[in-house]
Amino acid sequence: MNGASILAPDIRFERVARRFGAVEALAPLDLTIAGGSFVALVGGSGSGKSTLLRCINRLDESAGATREGRVSIGGEPVDHLPAPELRRRIGYVFQSIGLFPHLTVAQNVGIGRRVRGGVMPPEEVAVLLDSVGLERALASRMPLELSGGQRQRVGVARALAESPQILLLDEPFGALDPVTRAALGERVRALHTARGLTTLMVTHDMAEALLLADRVVVLDQGRIVADAPPVDLASGRTGEIAEALVAVPREQARRIADLARR
Amino acid sequence: MTPLLTALAALGDELAAHVVLSAAALALGIAIALPLTLWSARNAAVARLALGLASLIQTIPALALLALFYPILLWLSGLVGGRIPALGFLPALLALALYAVLPILRGGVTGLAGLDPAVREAADAVGMTVGQKLRWVEAPLVAPYIMAGIRTAAVWTIGAATLATTIGQTSLGDPIFAGLQTQNWVTVLAGCIAAAALAIAADGMLALVERGIAARRRRHVWLGLAVVAAGLGWALWPGNQEKRETLVVGAKNFSEQYILARLIGERLEAAGYAVEYREGLGSAVVFRALDAGDVDVYVDYAGTLWTGEFKRSDSPPRGAMLREIRVRLDRPGGARLIGPLGFENAYAFAMRGDVAKANRVASLVDLVAAAPQLTLGADLEFLDRPEWTAVEAAYPLRFDATRKYSPTFMYRALESGDADVITAFSSDGRIAADRLVVLTDPSGAIPNYDALLLASSKCAAAPRCVAALRPLVGAIPVSAMREANYRVDRDKDKQQPELAARWLAQRIAR
Repeated sequence: MNGASILAPDIRFERVARRFGAVEALAPLDLTIAGGSFVALVGGSGSGKSTLLRCINRLDESAGATREGRVSIGGEPVDHLPAPELRRRIGYVFQSIGLFPHLTVAQNVGIGRRVRGGVMPPEEVAVLLDSVGLERALASRMPLELSGGQRQRVGVARALAESPQILLLDEPFGALDPVTRAALGERVRALHTARGLTTLMVTHDMAEALLLADRVVVLDQGRIVADAPPVDLASGRTGEIAEALVAVPREQARRIADLARR
Repeated sequence: MTPLLTALAALGDELAAHVVLSAAALALGIAIALPLTLWSARNAAVARLALGLASLIQTIPALALLALFYPILLWLSGLVGGRIPALGFLPALLALALYAVLPILRGGVTGLAGLDPAVREAADAVGMTVGQKLRWVEAPLVAPYIMAGIRTAAVWTIGAATLATTIGQTSLGDPIFAGLQTQNWVTVLAGCIAAAALAIAADGMLALVERGIAARRRRHVWLGLAVVAAGLGWALWPGNQEKRETLVVGAKNFSEQYILARLIGERLEAAGYAVEYREGLGSAVVFRALDAGDVDVYVDYAGTLWTGEFKRSDSPPRGAMLREIRVRLDRPGGARLIGPLGFENAYAFAMRGDVAKANRVASLVDLVAAAPQLTLGADLEFLDRPEWTAVEAAYPLRFDATRKYSPTFMYRALESGDADVITAFSSDGRIAADRLVVLTDPSGAIPNYDALLLASSKCAAAPRCVAALRPLVGAIPVSAMREANYRVDRDKDKQQPELAARWLAQRIAR
């Protein structure tokens, strides 16, 4: 672990459960994400992985759902702050990106500052665009003028603009082409390390999880069925469901390697 | 072309009133619709209820909605014991504003429902408060939809505002309604052109604002708003704002009433009053308006008050009826009878001379036998009036068919043979001009319809007002009224009611 991780807080779930009416989206579960670590939450659709992530910045607080148990960041329960205050301290990137279509790239990146009553200077926007590999000239463009990959880079820049200590990623690269996806994944992993963040990434792509995360947690029907470092998962020591998830990329990698050998 | 241009040039006041009314109604509509939009966005039940109610209001014909506000405001006025004006600007404003709500509300709700959920989620995720999200995300993204709704509402409102004439609010409907009644198509056309041009101009300017909002070009928005503001400023400019006391002269919706209103108005102006006209009012509305003080002077007819207001079905002799009307009106704060004008405008069954001769009809008694072969052409309200009940009771008339016409078209129908008998009016100039036979009423079933000059308590209490009106009492013989009516109603060389009123004033001064 690098030095910055001492500063980044941990995220702790204690007996957290969530219901929509009679439907149990999450069974009561305990999970601790160590400060400074990069953890991937993997599972099929409906496994509860996004719900678990959204408990942290309280985006799950929609009508008709109830949350039980305690979610805390660095020992501080998330309910102790008003939701807007809490969310300003957490970076959030999600699959549909959600750039504001009526604002320029610079205004999108600077929205966190505006929310706090300030204005982000152009130099700061430029540095942020550099950090996600975007040309500075794009600052004055509108989101609709950008490619999908460029948009998600703006999304990452926006999430990191106010130097949060926690970064939440919800299928962040799901809509991108494989090349962009790999490049942006590496970029985010590098930013995680450089900034000493606590990062939690939800993905259904086991290969992505194995390659980027320090630790992979597998969810199935609201329950944790595996929790191990990538190296353990890759060698198949973690049970049936996790093994099934790992088998697909392993098989693909083997066949591609076979092709190359012919 | 020239008469049309002259008619258009004379519409300054009506245009100004139309602009002020439409703009005020639109502004009120927006003020109601925007908070409702916000509330609807946060509560699906409210959205359904608000849209449902607004749609329901849309289904009420504009004419009826405007008319409905008269009794509602009258009732409210009575409730608070105060003076809420039940005619004119206020009811027109309220009715049109309700009309304007739906398109704006629908635009806003549609826009909010169509907002990308990802954008909303991002707004939450960066920690926006509810207010910040509204100001920075929802409002700017929904603005084009709301603006489109406002444009639609503006065009509707400007169109429907022409109907405000019927509840006594000056608008571009004045020339349209007056022209329809007097068959003066030039004034009708002028009113329509002016209203349409206003709607197109307003729509164009608002379209500029809308495009400016959509493309985020401030200059377009400001330019459009500046032109709209300039138009409003012109309409509100107190051109020749008068400090003189204002009296309101009312008129029902036929030529004689328009002429008499102008005759009365000119006398009041000569006496130093500022005069407003509320023309084209319904029979039932105008008397109550006088009683409530919304109208100060108008002419009604003895039989109309007798059967309509006093709900009487007997038909006493002229002197007795007049005495009783005077007594019935004589109560504090209500309407007053100044006196009869000297002519009668009674319902009269009339036939073309040749048809009457062929069927050997000279009286209502003769008509009983001939009726089964004949078609009756009645004006729009006669068959529902107590006079018809009284006539049917006295003479068992069974017509082959009955048709309803607006007064001016009734004469056309008689001329063309679509109707054989019509319910004409005894002071109508066309009776003499078309050489019609008026059937006698041997049983005296039709009550007398002496024209009566009526005044509000405000006018009756002012000697100057009474003195200006008094010379009209007993001064207008039926021949003079027929001639004046004919000048407005004839097909060729039509006169405006003002001109006919001036002719009448000279004629009775002799």
